[in-house]
Amino acid sequence: MNILSIVTLFPLLGVVALAFMPKTNTYQIKIVALGISIITMLLSFVMALKYKSPASGFSYVTSHPWVSSFHINYALGIDGLALVLILLTTVLVPIVVLGGWNESEGGRWSVKTFYMLILVLETFMIGVFAATDVFLFYVIFEAMLVPVYFLIGGFGTGERAAAALKFLLYSLFGGLLMLAAVIGIYIISAEQAIGSFDVTALSHLTIDHATQNWLFLGFFIAFAIKAPLWPFHTWLPGAAKAATPGTSILLLGVLDKVGTYGMIRFCLTLFPDATKTFAPYIIVLSVISIIYGAFLAIGQKNLSSLIAFTSISHFGFITLGIFAYTSQGLTGATFYMVNHGFSTAALFLVGGWMISRRKSAAIDDFGGLQRITPVMAWTFFIAGLSALALPGLSSFVSEFLVLLGTFTRYPVAAIIGTLGIVLAALYILILVQRTLHGPLKSGNESMVDLNLREKIAIAPVIAALVILGFYPKPALHVINPSTTSVMAQMNVIDPHVLAGK
Amino acid sequence: MFTMPTLNYAQLAPILIVLGGALLGVLVEAFLGKRQRGPVQVTLTLGTLVISFAWLLHVKNDMSATAAVGSVATDGFGIFVQGAILVLAFLAVLLIADNDHFAPAASALPGSEEEAVAISSGIRTTEVFPLTLFAVAGMMLFPVASDFITLFVALEVLSLPLYIMTGLSRRRRLMSQEAALKYFLLGAYSSAFFLFGIAFLYGYSGTLSLTDVGTANIFSAGSPVFLYIGMVFLTIGLLFKVGAVPFHSWTPDVYQGAPTPITGFMAACTKIAAFGALLRIFYGAFFLMQLQWKPFLTTIAIITMVLGSIAAMTQRDIKRTLAYSSITHAGFLLAGVVALNKAGLAASMFYLVAYGFTTVGAFGIVTLVRDSSGEVTDLSKWAGLAKKSPLVSVAMALFLLSFGGVPMTSGFISKFSIFTAAYQSGNIAIVVVGVLSSAIALFFYLRVVLILFFQEAPTDGVSVVIPSVMTRIAIGICAVMTLVLGIYPNLLLNLVNTMATLVH
Repeated sequence: MNILSIVTLFPLLGVVALAFMPKTNTYQIKIVALGISIITMLLSFVMALKYKSPASGFSYVTSHPWVSSFHINYALGIDGLALVLILLTTVLVPIVVLGGWNESEGGRWSVKTFYMLILVLETFMIGVFAATDVFLFYVIFEAMLVPVYFLIGGFGTGERAAAALKFLLYSLFGGLLMLAAVIGIYIISAEQAIGSFDVTALSHLTIDHATQNWLFLGFFIAFAIKAPLWPFHTWLPGAAKAATPGTSILLLGVLDKVGTYGMIRFCLTLFPDATKTFAPYIIVLSVISIIYGAFLAIGQKNLSSLIAFTSISHFGFITLGIFAYTSQGLTGATFYMVNHGFSTAALFLVGGWMISRRKSAAIDDFGGLQRITPVMAWTFFIAGLSALALPGLSSFVSEFLVLLGTFTRYPVAAIIGTLGIVLAALYILILVQRTLHGPLKSGNESMVDLNLREKIAIAPVIAALVILGFYPKPALHVINPSTTSVMAQMNVIDPHVLAGK
Repeated sequence: MFTMPTLNYAQLAPILIVLGGALLGVLVEAFLGKRQRGPVQVTLTLGTLVISFAWLLHVKNDMSATAAVGSVATDGFGIFVQGAILVLAFLAVLLIADNDHFAPAASALPGSEEEAVAISSGIRTTEVFPLTLFAVAGMMLFPVASDFITLFVALEVLSLPLYIMTGLSRRRRLMSQEAALKYFLLGAYSSAFFLFGIAFLYGYSGTLSLTDVGTANIFSAGSPVFLYIGMVFLTIGLLFKVGAVPFHSWTPDVYQGAPTPITGFMAACTKIAAFGALLRIFYGAFFLMQLQWKPFLTTIAIITMVLGSIAAMTQRDIKRTLAYSSITHAGFLLAGVVALNKAGLAASMFYLVAYGFTTVGAFGIVTLVRDSSGEVTDLSKWAGLAKKSPLVSVAMALFLLSFGGVPMTSGFISKFSIFTAAYQSGNIAIVVVGVLSSAIALFFYLRVVLILFFQEAPTDGVSVVIPSVMTRIAIGICAVMTLVLGIYPNLLLNLVNTMATLVH
């Protein structure tokens, strides 16, 4: 068993351990969950330190037959793209556990159930990025919805059951379309050679244009629902509003990245011709997402749904970078996924603490927090600045790369996309002004500042945002080779920049 | 002149053992006192099924088309299907053995004094056991029958006991009797269609053998119109049994009216037997005429999938919901029939077994959810059940997710393999419709999960009775199989791939 398998399966060990613990000892349960997730994180660090970018294909490759009659393998392997997302996952899970220490209480079920679901979800989240077998990817892609469904429905607030159902139905619907495409590409591989689900083998198939288009759409719609791209986004605000802040972090920070990850891993490399056909339309959708998400974020009255709409805008940037298929665009989009993970985590963590202290998520209920809870206010401010991509914070680097990469191929889209940055400044600064500044609103007087546990939880997130902002090289260093290999698989090169250089 | 037929008793033994057990059961009914009957019948029935299964394993490698002068074909496919029926019947009998599902005097008018007397005397209905065995014998013969007369006899042997068993429900007598009558009348019609079809086929080809009808259209001088009429009528008879739209209208009523363990038995085993026969006929006898019937059957499959899943959405009763779900599944299985390749045959075999386990398990759980007046199938009363009985709710959720085809359950592998086979045969339309109707179907499975887990329990809520050991074993096995076949399907996939052979 190689270290990648160990990292993937280690959280399940925690699930087994939790299963044998008594329900009543909640403190012990939390400690075990935290411990397991920290060890998983450390294991993933070990894996990352020993990681060397492969000349082609994947590192830490492992493959065992699973369903032999369909040539399905338990096949894992990572490249730079998968590595950074796995690291994002393993770092965020302990932060979620620590930051949302009390959010498992008062749910429909026991604390034990909550952490078992979280740890099962962690295995799925790592596995989905590590899978190099399309069938395995699909199975995890779908199966990971089930723990999230119960996390939202069982531990969320408000219209949680309806939101959970909507989330699940949307995702499963997309998944079923993808299933048809998965079957299709398997049959094609069986016709051209022996049937296979191996993503590298599948990328060597020659598929005619019409078929490619259909298969591409099957995959793409599933990923666009997941990502979520306008007009497939309608499940997200409800789910984010109903879920606990911790679940929202995992949902927006990691799970939704599976969509954009899948676009690069499958749409671009398996169906390069179809990608080129559809790219202009998807660019349009991305631009709409950027502007639409930003405008709706400005108008939100609920803190959680505001963050959800900013994410729709940010996912627009990510898909913009992906479907510009230039090296800056792809690298920027990949780096954007990581940064968005951290900045959303920061927003939801601090936002969650504000909501739980104020017992309300309405933005109008807050005001003047700067005066009584300075630490909380400052961290929220920094989180907001990273969401608006302030230079010096990591999201600036990725947003810049995405726009630069897009400009060389789709200049108009890049210019309109830039408007998104202006709007981002608007929705973040208005939010900051309303909640943090101004006179202290009644109802906020008894707020207490962050305690030590919360400070420990938020510190690594802010550190990551700042460090990667000033020194993005380590991340870009692992992402670049995978971008190059995606470009090579697509058989495209960067367009010439005609003027201005 | 009359020649003695040569019968290969060894190969027929699995069916004969079940018939023998059924006859013994009748004798037990006649000669044993009321008190002893129950345990003896349960032991006898389960024993018979086990012995028959053991014998089946013993002869599993003997393939021949002439076990009974060309009337019975024992091949990998036939033996597999027979084995599947025996295993699932065994599980269903474990549910049936939980004794308070059946009316003490089924012939008494509902609400009459006679009925009251029967109830107060504490009579236990045990006829259901030999009836089950008769039905199982018919079901085992149906998919291996290779001439039309045997096919018809098997159809009747499996159907008649089911008509009676449907009417035996202890509670809601009127609904149960109505269901039985409806099932019987419509079943009789469909049998008539079936016979009519056979007559046309005989008229066209001059033979009753499935194999010879298959090649007849090459040699026959008759008008192919008679062949088509024969095929259509025969198919209608079979489609009625599998509950395909538009021959499905009996399904919800019968599923609802029948005693729940019987519903589970019917839903799992009848479906296997009927699809076994369908597959043998279309992969064998009608193979050469596929250009004629494929569009017809493809259309039926598509409307079955779509209408089944749409109609299920509006249901308020768990048994009716599961009935419509079984209709939808019949549509998916028909996709395997029209695939008409080896992958399709193997996929259908896998599907039938996986679906059977899930179905028996799901109906097993329905038998457990009760209030003071008995089983409660109204979904609104199921709200919040997960709080009171988490284990039962989790099992039910597992079965529902498997019906919906969510990965890591057997239902997903079933769906995947059947769509793969259909795609391979070039029938992409059926794959796309199948995928879309799966999405619709998911809605109502998830709605039940939502009711179980996320709604507040009503004050006049239901409770889960402590299941008997036998019910517990049955549901446990079904749940484990549903999960295992989803996570490690190799176990069964390899078996169906080697067993997917048909002799002609």
